[in-house]
Amino acid sequence: MENKTVNIKINGNDYTVDGSLTILKACRQAGISIPTLCYMENICEEGSCGICVVEVAKSHTLQRACITQVYDGMEIQTNTSRVRQARKTILELILANHPQDCLNCAASEICELRKISYDLGIDETPFEPTKDLDLPLDTTSPAIVRDLNKCILCRRCVKECEIVQSVNVIEIAGRGINSKVSCFMDKGLGESYCTNCGQCIKVCPVGALTEKNDVDRVWDYLADPKKHVVVQTAPAVRVALGEEFGMPVGSLVTGKMAAGVRRLGFDGVFDTDFAADLTILEEGTEFIGRLTKVLNGESAHLPLITSCSPGWIKFIEHFFPKCLPNVSSCKSPQQMFGAVTKTYYAQQKNLDPRDVICVSVMPCTAKKYECLRPEMDDAFDHWKDKLMLKDEDHFQDVDVAITTRELGRMMKEVGIDFEHLPEESFDSPLGESTGAAVIFGATGGVMEAALRTVYEVVTGQALPKVELEIVRGMKGIRTADIPMVSADGKEIIAKVAIASGLGNARVLLEEVSNGTSPYHFIEIMACPGGCLNGGGQPISNDPNVCEKRAAALYSQDEAITIRKSHDNPEIKKIYENYFEKPNSHLAHELLHTSYVERDLYELEKEDN
Amino acid sequence: MKIYRIHALICAGGQCISAGGNDFEAALRTEIQKHGLEEEVQIVETGCMGACEMGPMMVVYPEGTLYIHLQPENAKEIVEEHFLKGRKVHQLMWEKAEGHFPTLNEVPFFALQTKIVLRNCGVINPENIEEYIAYDGYTGLAKALGEMTPEDVVAEIEKSGLRGRGGAGFPTGLKWKLTAQAKGDQKYVVCNADEGDPGAYMDRSVLEGDPHTLIEGMAIAGYAVGANQGYVYCRAEYPLAIQRLQKAIQQAKSAGLLGNQILGSRFSFQLQIRIGAGAFVCGEETALLSSIEGKRGEPRKKPPYPATCGLFGKPTLINNVETFANIPVILSKGSSFFNAIGKEGCRGTKVFSLAGHVKTTGLIEVPLGITMKEIIYDIGGGIPGGKVFKGALIGGPSGGVIPSSQLDVPIDYEHLNTLGAIMGSGGLIVMDESSCMVDIAKFFLQFTVGESCGKCTPCREGTRQMYEILDRISCGEGREGDIEKLESLGKVIQDTSLCGLGQSAPNPVLSSIRWFRDEYEAHIKKKVCPAGVCTMTKITTNKEEPRRGRKKASTRTIT
Repeated sequence: MENKTVNIKINGNDYTVDGSLTILKACRQAGISIPTLCYMENICEEGSCGICVVEVAKSHTLQRACITQVYDGMEIQTNTSRVRQARKTILELILANHPQDCLNCAASEICELRKISYDLGIDETPFEPTKDLDLPLDTTSPAIVRDLNKCILCRRCVKECEIVQSVNVIEIAGRGINSKVSCFMDKGLGESYCTNCGQCIKVCPVGALTEKNDVDRVWDYLADPKKHVVVQTAPAVRVALGEEFGMPVGSLVTGKMAAGVRRLGFDGVFDTDFAADLTILEEGTEFIGRLTKVLNGESAHLPLITSCSPGWIKFIEHFFPKCLPNVSSCKSPQQMFGAVTKTYYAQQKNLDPRDVICVSVMPCTAKKYECLRPEMDDAFDHWKDKLMLKDEDHFQDVDVAITTRELGRMMKEVGIDFEHLPEESFDSPLGESTGAAVIFGATGGVMEAALRTVYEVVTGQALPKVELEIVRGMKGIRTADIPMVSADGKEIIAKVAIASGLGNARVLLEEVSNGTSPYHFIEIMACPGGCLNGGGQPISNDPNVCEKRAAALYSQDEAITIRKSHDNPEIKKIYENYFEKPNSHLAHELLHTSYVERDLYELEKEDN
Repeated sequence: MKIYRIHALICAGGQCISAGGNDFEAALRTEIQKHGLEEEVQIVETGCMGACEMGPMMVVYPEGTLYIHLQPENAKEIVEEHFLKGRKVHQLMWEKAEGHFPTLNEVPFFALQTKIVLRNCGVINPENIEEYIAYDGYTGLAKALGEMTPEDVVAEIEKSGLRGRGGAGFPTGLKWKLTAQAKGDQKYVVCNADEGDPGAYMDRSVLEGDPHTLIEGMAIAGYAVGANQGYVYCRAEYPLAIQRLQKAIQQAKSAGLLGNQILGSRFSFQLQIRIGAGAFVCGEETALLSSIEGKRGEPRKKPPYPATCGLFGKPTLINNVETFANIPVILSKGSSFFNAIGKEGCRGTKVFSLAGHVKTTGLIEVPLGITMKEIIYDIGGGIPGGKVFKGALIGGPSGGVIPSSQLDVPIDYEHLNTLGAIMGSGGLIVMDESSCMVDIAKFFLQFTVGESCGKCTPCREGTRQMYEILDRISCGEGREGDIEKLESLGKVIQDTSLCGLGQSAPNPVLSSIRWFRDEYEAHIKKKVCPAGVCTMTKITTNKEEPRRGRKKASTRTIT
C-alpha cells in the first residue's frame, strides 16, 4: 500500500508518482515549485498559511499542496488565475499586519516572506493593518529576542520546539486575530524553561526571532585601549562562516576566519579547539575514573553524559534534574577557555585579569546564556584573594558570546573582503589544537575524540584506526560497542550512545531516569546534527547542510597531523606548567562546574 | 400506578425558566396544596415546548388547554377556576381570533409541525427514564441488540436517507458504514453538542427535554460501528443540559441500558460527558476531537477523516445531537417510516430556531422540503406590526440571506447552497424592512471574526479585513470598489480556509451583496442607510489608529 504508484495530472501533463506523496512533493519531483511559508517536512505540516494552495479537479475549494495526499486520477492545476489570485490575496493579508521595516530587519537578507512577495509580484498591499504593531519586544532571554509584531503565525518555531526539541516552551495562545506565540502565562522567554538552543530562530521565515545582538559590546571592548581582548572561535564556526559571504555550504574557512578576526582588532586570536582538547583530557579522565570504580564494584554514576552543550544542560536541569549526577562536571570548551585565558594566559602574559576580555564566537545561542551563568566566574574567584579583588571588580570567565552570524555581520560592517582574505593561523599558546578537537563541531565528535584518548589510556595502545566511523552520521540516536582490553588483560566493552536534538536526548534520558540505560558514556548535543547546525549558525536552505558541514570538519581532522587531544603539545605544556594533571585540584577549581536543579515554572520570583 | 384527573405540563426549557417559569410552578404547587388537589392534579416538568415566545407556558390535559405568559399571580385563578371548577381561564390562553381559544393541537404553530427529534420534548418529564420508556423509549436499542446485526443497523440508517444535521448534510448511513469498516482495536462514538450559533438551541432543547433519546441513539451507533465508548462534547454554557444528561446517563446505567452487557447482550457501551470551554470552532469536528484529547481546540487537516483516524487516532463516529435523536425512531419505526417524510435526497425533518421579526418565535420541527414561506407565514404567523418581509438568514452566522423573491424555494441542502446559504445547524432569523443588510452582515461577521481560532491566514486575517470594510461602509466611509473587494476577498476565504468555519464565514456578506447590492451601494455612494439602522458617522474611540512599521518603544528587561 505504501509504495503504490498513482497516475496524476499536473497542469495537464501525466505523471506516475508514489501514492504516499503530497501534492507538494509530487510537484517538486516534477520540477514545479510551489511556494510555502509554514511548511517544514515532517515537522510543521499544519497547513496554516495557505500559500501553497492548488486547484484539484472535483474539489470545490482549493487544496493545500503541503498536506494533501495525491490519489489515482488526481488532476492538479498549479498556475490558474484562481490559484494565483488566492495566493496573492493570502500574502497581502499577511503583509497588511507585518511591519514593513525590511531595511533594518535582521532577517532582511534571508526573509522568506520578502522573497515570496517578490516572486508573487506583490506591488502594493490593498489591505490596511488591523492590529497595532507596537507590542514590546521580548528581551527577557539572554539569547533570543522575540518580536511578535513580525510574527506571521506560521507556527514553525512552535513545531520545531515541540517535535524536534520536545521542549514545548512556546505555544499558540489567544484566538483569531489576537492569537500569538506565547510562553506559559505569557511570560518572557527568559522567564520560562526555554533552553536557548535557538533552533526556533533557524526556522523562523521572518525576523520575529533573532539572537540577542551583542556586536556592539564587542566593538566597545575592542575600542577600549586598556583592554586586552582575545577571541576564541568554536570548531563549527569554521565550516559555516563562509556562507555568510556567499561561499558554498560546507566551505572550510579556518585560515580566513583567523585572518578576519585578526583584522577586527583582537589582541589574541585563539581557538576554542584548544579547550576542546583540554575537555577531552578532563572528561576522559573523569570517565575512566567512574568506569574503573564501577568495574571494581564501587558505586559511580554511569552513564557519564557530556556537558559541552549549554542548551542540553538547561534541558536536563529543567526536565531531568535527578539525572544531573550523571552529567560530567567538566565545563564546556567555551568556559574552560575563558577560565584558562584569565588565569594561565594572563599569568603568562603578565596581564591584570581584570583587563583581559574574552570574546567567544559560537555556532550557538545558548552560549550567550552559558557565559552569564553565575557559577561561570571561577577565574575571578581564583584571583579574588591573591589580588585582593573587590566585588565591583567582578568579571565573568567569558565576557561576550557572539554567534557565527554576528561575526559575519561585524566583518561586513568593516568591509572585510572575506573570500579574498589570506589563510592565517591562530596565535600561540591557546591556538594549538588537534583533529580530535575540530570534530567537536559534529554530532558524535566529542565521543570520537574522547574514545581516541580513552582507548589509549585504558589499553596502552593506539586505536586500530583513528577514524571511528561507527559513531559518525546524522541519525538522531546512534549507539556503539567499543571493545577494549586493559593493560592488565581485562576485557571491557564500552557501550556508548550519541544523541543530537533534544527530542532524541529525551529518549536516552528517559532510560537513564528509570535506570534502564545500558550505556557507559553518552554524548548529547542540543541541536540536531550537533554544533554545526547550532542556533547561531548561518541560516541555510540546503537540505544537506549538516552533512556538508560535517564533511568539512572531518576533512580538517584528516589534514591535521596531530589527531588525539593528549598529543597536543600546548596541552601537555599546560598540564606540566599549570594544572599538573587532569582532574587535579586546580583543574577542578577552574575547569569543572556544578549544576542547578530547576523547576519548569519558576513562578513569583520577582521579590529577589 | 396512580390515576390523576388533570395533568399540568409545565415547560421547564431554558427560556421558560429564565422568564420566571419556576416561580409560577412554585405558586401553582402552593395553590394546589391549599385546595387539597395533590391527588387529583399531577404537575409534570417537561422539556422545551418550542413556542418560546409564549413562555412561561403550561398545557393542561386531558383536553390540551394552552396557557401562556404565566406569572405566579395567575396560579390562584387557574387552580380555582380551571382545576376546581373546570372553567378555562381565557385571558391566559392563546387567542386565535376574537373569542376563539384553540387547544394546543389546534394552534397552527404546533399543528403544522412534524416531530421526530422533538417528539418527547414538552411531553415527558426528561428527568424520568420511565416516561421515556413509556413513550417507546429504548425499543430501538432493544430491537438493534435483539434482532439485528451491526450491519443491519447500518443498512437501516442508510435506507432511511438521514443526513447529518450538524450543517454539512453528510449521509449518516455512509458515515456509520465507513466507521464500521475502519480497522481499529478501539473505536469511539462522539456526539457534537457544542452548539454555538447565536440564537440556536435545538440541541440544547433535546438535551434538556429528552436526554434519553441521545443516549439511545449513541448506544445504537456504538453497536453499529463497534465502539464501546462514547463521549458527549457539550459546551459549558449549557449547565441544565449537562445536569439532565448526567442524570439520564445514571438512570440508563442503573436500568442496564448503558454499561456492560446491555440488555443481556454482549454489547457494552460507556458514555461520558466532556465539557467544552465555549469556543465556537470546537463545533468543527476535528477541533472538537482535539479538545476532547486535551489539546487546543483547532481544526486539523482532513483527510484522514475521523471515521478512520479520529479521537486519539482511532476510528471515530461523530454526529451531532439532532442526528442521534433521529436514530431511535428510525430503528423502532423502521426506515420506511422515516423515508416517507421529507423529499428525495432530503429525508426526515429539521429543527429550526425561528427568531427575529416573526409573530411566534421558537423552536420548530418541520419536514425537509418545506418552503420558507410556510415556515414564516403559516407556522410563525407572519411578520408582526404589518411590516414587510425583507429577508431571512438561514444557517446561523455562517449562513446566507434569502430574499423575498426566493420564499417559495424548498428548504433542502442543495437548494440552499445554490442560494448562497447553508442549512447549518438550523438558525433561522427573519428580518423585516427595518433591518439593514450591511448591518446584519457586519453583525454576523463580527461573530466569526471573534470565534476564528486563528490557525489559518484566510480566516484569521481575511475575515477581519472584511469586517473592517463593512465597518467603514456602515460608518459612511465606504469607498468605490469596496463591494468588489468584499466579493473577491470573500471568495478567496471560502476557497482557502482550512475548516468549515472559515469557508462559510463570508456567506452572510456575499449572499447579502448578491440579493441586496443596491443597499450596499446606497451606503457607499449616497452615504445613506436605507433602513435607517447604520449611524453613517464614525464613532470615535480612544483607540489610536493602527500604525505600521513603528519602532518599538517599550521593551521588557531581564529581571
